[in-house]
Amino acid sequence: MSMDFIQYGLGRWLHIYFGVLWIGLLYYFNFVQVDALKAAAADNPPTGAGITKHVAPRALFFFRWAAVLTVLMGLMMLGDKVDDALFFKDRAYVPIGIGAWLGLIMFFNVWVLIWPNQKKILGIVAATDEEKAKARRIAFLASRTNTMLSLPMLFFMSFSATFHRSLLG
Amino acid sequence: MKNPLDTLGGTLVSGLILTVVLYFLARAMMGA
Repeated sequence: MSMDFIQYGLGRWLHIYFGVLWIGLLYYFNFVQVDALKAAAADNPPTGAGITKHVAPRALFFFRWAAVLTVLMGLMMLGDKVDDALFFKDRAYVPIGIGAWLGLIMFFNVWVLIWPNQKKILGIVAATDEEKAKARRIAFLASRTNTMLSLPMLFFMSFSATFHRSLLG
Repeated sequence: MKNPLDTLGGTLVSGLILTVVLYFLARAMMGA
């Protein structure tokens, strides 16, 4: 098995696989769970306990670790070109560099803003009602920011291979 | 003004606008 096959064959396959898992769960949270919990909270009595107890913690587990594996596979594919991409040293790497930065910002949001605040919301760490309300708003906005960033991120990831050829010939 | 991220529609429209902005930024950075 050649290094090229590992880096670009397996690497790209696993990057996309874990990326689908990560962004798929991000879309589950934003397209489904937010409104479902809102509707469940309006029920009398509220019916959202099962989601917060059984669904959200499992979804968040795969969500945050899929983010790690997606980034690791992406970095493996960039290999020694990682500085060309992240510091825009070579114009052919500008599109993937922008995509990579968007992915890294999203990764930061997952581990620094979403997960620590979700731990407070779900009762994994102790928090007062006021702290929970604040945590809910921060986690929500970080999650929505990632949903917004996912659009250009996916554009630059999927188009980067042909972007410079289509523009520069 | 309402935060566009408070609604799913506003979030997706913001993402589309950002995509267009970054597309033209990438073109400029590549000298196209």
